[in-house]
Amino acid sequence: MRYLFKTDYRQDITLWRHRGDLFWYGLLIVVLLLIPYVLSEFYIGELGGVFVFAVAGVGMMLLAGYTGLISLGNAAFLGIGAYTEAILLAHGVPLVVTLPVAGLFTGLFGILIGLPTLRMSGLYLAIATLAFGSIVGTVFQKWDAVTGGFDGFPVPTPDLFGMPVQGANGIYYLSLFVLVVVLWLSANLLRTPLGRAMVAIRDSEISAQSMGIHLARYKTFAFAVSAFITGLAGALFAHYVRYLAPDAFDVLLSVQFVTIVFVGGLGSLHGVIFGALFVRLLPQFIAIIRDDLPFGIGRMPGLEPSLFGFVLVIVILFEPGGIYGRWIKMKNWFQAYPLKRRTSFRRQKSYARSERLR
Amino acid sequence: MEDAARLLQLVVNGAAAGCIYGLIALGFVLIYKATEMINFAQGDIMMLGGFFAFSLIAHFGLNYWIGALLAILLTAAFGFALDAVVLRRVIGQPQFAVVMLTLGLGFIFRAYAGITWGYDSVGFETPFTNRTINLHGLILGQDNVSIIVGTVLLCGVLYLFFSHTRLGVAMQASSQNQLAAYYMGIPVRTVFSLIWAISAGVAAVAGILLSPVSMIDVNMGFLGIKAFAAAVLGGFGSIPGALVGGVVIGIVEQLAGYFLPAGFQEVTSNVVLLATLILRPQGLFAEIAGKRV
Repeated sequence: MRYLFKTDYRQDITLWRHRGDLFWYGLLIVVLLLIPYVLSEFYIGELGGVFVFAVAGVGMMLLAGYTGLISLGNAAFLGIGAYTEAILLAHGVPLVVTLPVAGLFTGLFGILIGLPTLRMSGLYLAIATLAFGSIVGTVFQKWDAVTGGFDGFPVPTPDLFGMPVQGANGIYYLSLFVLVVVLWLSANLLRTPLGRAMVAIRDSEISAQSMGIHLARYKTFAFAVSAFITGLAGALFAHYVRYLAPDAFDVLLSVQFVTIVFVGGLGSLHGVIFGALFVRLLPQFIAIIRDDLPFGIGRMPGLEPSLFGFVLVIVILFEPGGIYGRWIKMKNWFQAYPLKRRTSFRRQKSYARSERLR
Repeated sequence: MEDAARLLQLVVNGAAAGCIYGLIALGFVLIYKATEMINFAQGDIMMLGGFFAFSLIAHFGLNYWIGALLAILLTAAFGFALDAVVLRRVIGQPQFAVVMLTLGLGFIFRAYAGITWGYDSVGFETPFTNRTINLHGLILGQDNVSIIVGTVLLCGVLYLFFSHTRLGVAMQASSQNQLAAYYMGIPVRTVFSLIWAISAGVAAVAGILLSPVSMIDVNMGFLGIKAFAAAVLGGFGSIPGALVGGVVIGIVEQLAGYFLPAGFQEVTSNVVLLATLILRPQGLFAEIAGKRV
């Protein structure tokens, strides 16, 4: 076990705790770059999907995990990003331009929905974003002059510096690149005063306000960044599915994003990756073991959403830290072996915080 | 004359749909007032109530009234158990943990119903199915009228219960001030579970009343999203507000479907919701004044 000896305040906010971190993350990147030469095309496609959802999960994590604002309308942001990307590409705009534009345009919508919802907290925000999500979903279906309605919208194959980005490998590398950039940006964001202000708002709005944090400004910012990142994910999603159907961006997709954040572990960027792996690979896992399950459980329709719901319930009841929290606990057990104390991770008794004024 | 009758018919249909929204919203509000939780699975509990009634009436061949009563009691018991076993554990966790928990529960209920009763729409014979009332040329379906009458009766019963029985007053007390209720010797936890039971029972009533108009199917729980609009319009915390909000939403929706181009009907409830939140976040019947520090 390594003991960190801090000699400088800057060590509290460095990206890497020590050189070992740099080595392991570098190794992970190298492995990820080499994977397409090893695995079959199917698994590479699936991993690409994991990366796309992880990007969207980062957007959700900044909002829900770090600013404490819950959104059930992020699928709408994903949809706006996806349609922007597809429509711009269809007009012959190069990918280098469309990708950031899709993000920025979605970010604008984030500000739009962020501004009126700032006066709301908790529940109202969840309901308002839910309403926003279903309005946008209906617009996608009915505004067929732009979105093609239920006929769908084919996404053109983009060119990157003269090379067509296509097939499982193309999507894999493109989304891996975007994911790494987004993770790097978010990790950096979280160590700036901006990110610290977001975390302060999550922990207590009132104390944040009394420390001089302008709540409206930072909450709008959080919405904008979340929408920007989700818009980027939407652009990637458009390439991943290659054919946009308006009913793909429904409430269930929003719930999947929140599931990523909750199951992975609220308030950690590692958690996003774990959560995205879980959400994307669980259906595949079910498909593989489907035939081996007893009593025909595997062939029951609705098995997958019920498992999602079940895991969500279990995680919230028994492990609010999610997969990442469990991982930290396991690591601690090994590091401290055999001196792990039962009280190490005992949860503090918590009480309901009332929002009422009497 | 033709137009006026047509309009009146739309209003009655809208009010009937609105009563259903109002009943679901009533469930939200009862739970929210007591425990400050929002039950996103309320619509799915309504669906379960409908299916319970379907099993009892269509499968076991019970009389409509007995079957409906049993289904309501069964759903209420289910609501009680839900709070006592699951929801009580998350008190004190951040509010959106509860949101996600109930969403997850909703998924489980939907899958359970799908596995048990299948994914097709089902219905059962009721005394109101396919009958009409003719009022001077104004033709109303008895199913719609039964919804309105049933809602009014249920509200009367609930009002008497909350204002005239010991248990009802205890419930009001626990919603108003938990600590004081404890000091007065009220078993607050049991009372909260009973409130969950009542709101599940109300949801079951909604499901049963709705069954002759639209069939029972696994996805009928999505009506819950429209009921949010009703609850928010009524000021989330006001019981009459929830019902009025529901009726307003139902009527506006019908009129929007008639006068506006296709596609507007589906978004009206959401537009009303967002407009309420932006223009008058405290709702029509404000009861919650602000935030305690």
